[in-house]
Amino acid sequence: MAHAYTPGLKVIPKTVVHKTRRLPMKGEVTVKKGDNIKADDVVATTNLPGNVVPVNLANMLNIEASEIMEILIKKPGDTIKEGDIIAETPGLFGFFKTKAHAPASGTLEAVSGITGQAIIREAPIPVSVQAYIDGKVTAIIEDEGVEVSTMAAFIQGIFGIGGERRGEIKVITPDTTTTITDDMIHDDCKGKVLVGGSFLTHKAFMKAQRVGATGVVVGGFNYSDIKKIVGYDIGVAITGQEEINTTLIITEGFGEVHMAQQTFDLLRAHEGRMASINGATQIRAGVIRPEIIIPIEGNEDLKEKHAELFGMEPGTEVRVIRAPYFGMLGEVTALPHELQRLESGSLARVAKVKLYETQKEVLLPRANLEMIEKT
Amino acid sequence: MKPEAIRSILATDCGSTTTKAILIEKQGDEYRLVVRGEAPTTVEAPFEDVTKGVLNAAKEVEELCGRQILDNDRIITPQKGDKGVDIYISTSSAGGGLQMVVSGIVKAMSAESAERAALGAGAIVMDVLASNDGRLPHEKIQRIRHLRPDMILLSGGTDSGNIKGVVEMSELLKAANPKPRLGINYKLPVIYAGNQKANGEIEKNLGEDTDLSIVPNLRPVLERENLGPARDKIHDLFMEHVMAQAPGYKKLMAMTDAPIMPTPGAVGEIMQVIAKKEGITVVGVDIGGATTDVFSVFKDLEKGEPVFNRTVSANLGMSYSISNVLASATLPNILRWVPFEIDEVDLRNRIGNKMIRPTTIPQSLEELKIEQAISREALRLSFIQHKAFAVGLKGVQKERTISDAFDQSSSGETLVNMMDLDILVGSGGVLSHAPRRHQSARMMIDAFLPEGITQIAVDSIFMMPQLGVLSSVHEKAATEVFNKDCLLRLGTCIAPVGPIKPGKEYVHVKFTLPDGTQVDKSYVLGEMELFEAPYEAIEAEITPARGIDAGAGPGQTVKTMIYGGLVGIIIDARGRRPFVLPENPGERVKKLQEWSLAVKEFENA
Repeated sequence: MAHAYTPGLKVIPKTVVHKTRRLPMKGEVTVKKGDNIKADDVVATTNLPGNVVPVNLANMLNIEASEIMEILIKKPGDTIKEGDIIAETPGLFGFFKTKAHAPASGTLEAVSGITGQAIIREAPIPVSVQAYIDGKVTAIIEDEGVEVSTMAAFIQGIFGIGGERRGEIKVITPDTTTTITDDMIHDDCKGKVLVGGSFLTHKAFMKAQRVGATGVVVGGFNYSDIKKIVGYDIGVAITGQEEINTTLIITEGFGEVHMAQQTFDLLRAHEGRMASINGATQIRAGVIRPEIIIPIEGNEDLKEKHAELFGMEPGTEVRVIRAPYFGMLGEVTALPHELQRLESGSLARVAKVKLYETQKEVLLPRANLEMIEKT
Repeated sequence: MKPEAIRSILATDCGSTTTKAILIEKQGDEYRLVVRGEAPTTVEAPFEDVTKGVLNAAKEVEELCGRQILDNDRIITPQKGDKGVDIYISTSSAGGGLQMVVSGIVKAMSAESAERAALGAGAIVMDVLASNDGRLPHEKIQRIRHLRPDMILLSGGTDSGNIKGVVEMSELLKAANPKPRLGINYKLPVIYAGNQKANGEIEKNLGEDTDLSIVPNLRPVLERENLGPARDKIHDLFMEHVMAQAPGYKKLMAMTDAPIMPTPGAVGEIMQVIAKKEGITVVGVDIGGATTDVFSVFKDLEKGEPVFNRTVSANLGMSYSISNVLASATLPNILRWVPFEIDEVDLRNRIGNKMIRPTTIPQSLEELKIEQAISREALRLSFIQHKAFAVGLKGVQKERTISDAFDQSSSGETLVNMMDLDILVGSGGVLSHAPRRHQSARMMIDAFLPEGITQIAVDSIFMMPQLGVLSSVHEKAATEVFNKDCLLRLGTCIAPVGPIKPGKEYVHVKFTLPDGTQVDKSYVLGEMELFEAPYEAIEAEITPARGIDAGAGPGQTVKTMIYGGLVGIIIDARGRRPFVLPENPGERVKKLQEWSLAVKEFENA
């Protein structure tokens, strides 16, 4: 049977983090296995094929497509500069010639005698991939990239926007329950990854962007405010490409939700250290969660310690991930075998959970619980 | 093996998250579902072998039915004594299904025909490119480069027409040099089904860089479609390339006794078989977490032949894409189905949280009602898309007049005539697993607004995909299991059509229930009522008010057989064309609660 619970988000004080840094197509790897590298170091480079600019010469010159091959000045394969004459009509007694100029520089890739279309391929676009985290090169993927590994504190969020950034961790709320408001954000937040409690107002996020914070990590955020930031509705949770300067990572969910105490404590313990963060989220197959990686000293032993994955059992610490107890933490006290009827009328497999906040025991569908992974 | 000799069938459907297996056995003269098992799909890391999930699901079937089906990692075929099954078949949508880009010259003609061919074959259409789609050539190239489809279907031009448009498209395709989604070492399959005069040029442009297949034109003349060859080629290439690239599929292909079908293609197959066999019109819907598929079989208005259409609303679903339902439907449209007052920001956050934690289930009744409100909009929007697409053309070949051909998309009459609809079939989590079947019936009625007299059913455990592929090898077994074990008949909806002043009598119904209860009752506009009745034929007389149509024309009495079911007979006098909900929030909530009570939607409600 399929497991009826969601594997938890990772909040791990010390673990080996491996990151595959890969080019979009084959190229050159610029580091060697065993190299100690910094997050900003380039590990691989390549040239993407240039953009393609199609231009219909027959239309430009007002001739039949079949005539185009005879009046080409430049031939397929030639290098051309913007403004160069690609083709020219013979005109009348050498006069009234019509010219087709290249709209872009590059290589004349092809010309069609059927459609009259010419394809200009612009210069290749250089692309490089950085290490993203301080660490050691532990594997080389020939012509494609590397695996970088590091000993780090590792925290996953539930949803984020914005891509890879780096900054120093700065905790700006006293606890997990405080809302981040714009008056908490000042010029000294520039270049920092701000960490706060239960909620971030839209105004506060805008201020963080304005002062140049590299990221904000917070328990909750209003779903409707996401649109105000990116300018469109995020209908399907595939993010990371948003053009924003401040990456936002939500650790618990939408609305006002206290940040899990251990997440907050771990981030606070590393205040002042550099963190690599990424808001990229993908919920469908091949799940990607936003992440905060704080490399810590000691890359000498990078062998991964495989934590054994256990199912839910009495004593397991869980987070409730759906109303009516959404965001609360607790401990599983029993796992009744029989299906139970929920208030909604559905029959579901449940767990008995003692909630820390209320100290009460409640029956909750296992599907609405997330294990808190600590190792 | 001859079909009549088949005693047992194991069929699996490898979905993106779960692999479902069903065991069908011959009991006496008929085929019946015996058990169903499931296991997580194992296409992705760390397993990366789809057959592991298949074997796990088969193992569960084995345990449930109490006899041996597996011999280690092998399904025993054919059945020997009490061991094994006679045939094993499968469908698949794992790894994202079949993703295609299609192109044509004119958006409303060849491009639309190409889209129809791809959808009919079970594909998700990522984009439709056309010479007149408003995008500049370089934008099209960018788009093709950005998408990484499993295959491309290129069409355009009638067989006697100009080849320029389609050759131009092939040049853009060549310049974009698209890469397949799976596997870096193989060429992208491209099917050319356009003007056959251009075959040589197409071969010249694409023959080297892509794995090009040339099939007969899918629109050889303006007024006729010929989708069959393109559709068959899509199926072949799906098996040869896409499936062969997905982890473990080579093994799976070797295990099955019939070609693996894309899941939606298989669902379409069974619906066509049933519609044809019983001579009925059908609308089917499968609402999933990420997408909603709508299928329909209606009669062509001129020739009376059944026409199959399928659409897939790629971003309308109840979990992964639930926020997109909110974005597409807008908040007021979702709120109109929520039978209590709720803060808008709170509702948006709840929807967002379902998107990021898609496997959670509604625990409270309030949460359930919100999810069911959203599902009504997801279904409604998917159906709007379907109606707009299911216009004037038919699956394989159709004669059209030239004037029809020119305006098929903009002004083409939809084939979906709700008054002619015989049965509405729902499937997918929110419909199949609703705590009460009454809720499933209500969701479908509210979203699809059936007209006249319509039967409502749900697919009990969503086995239509397996039955679809089964119908290609054993139609009798597929239809028997479909009727006896797959379809859960919920009942009949009686919904007259036409405008009338509020408070006026809308319809009068007269029938005798199997338990002897006599119903002889009038309803005013805005009322609903449920009569519990089993799935048995009931002679009914339905008389609509003057100007109102119940199926026999304005004001005409309909005398027909109606059927009850797990829910019963629902009189829906809320009106159609227009169907209006009160705009005042207080009144709307009151009305929604009244209707819920009337059809016993919630226990103790």
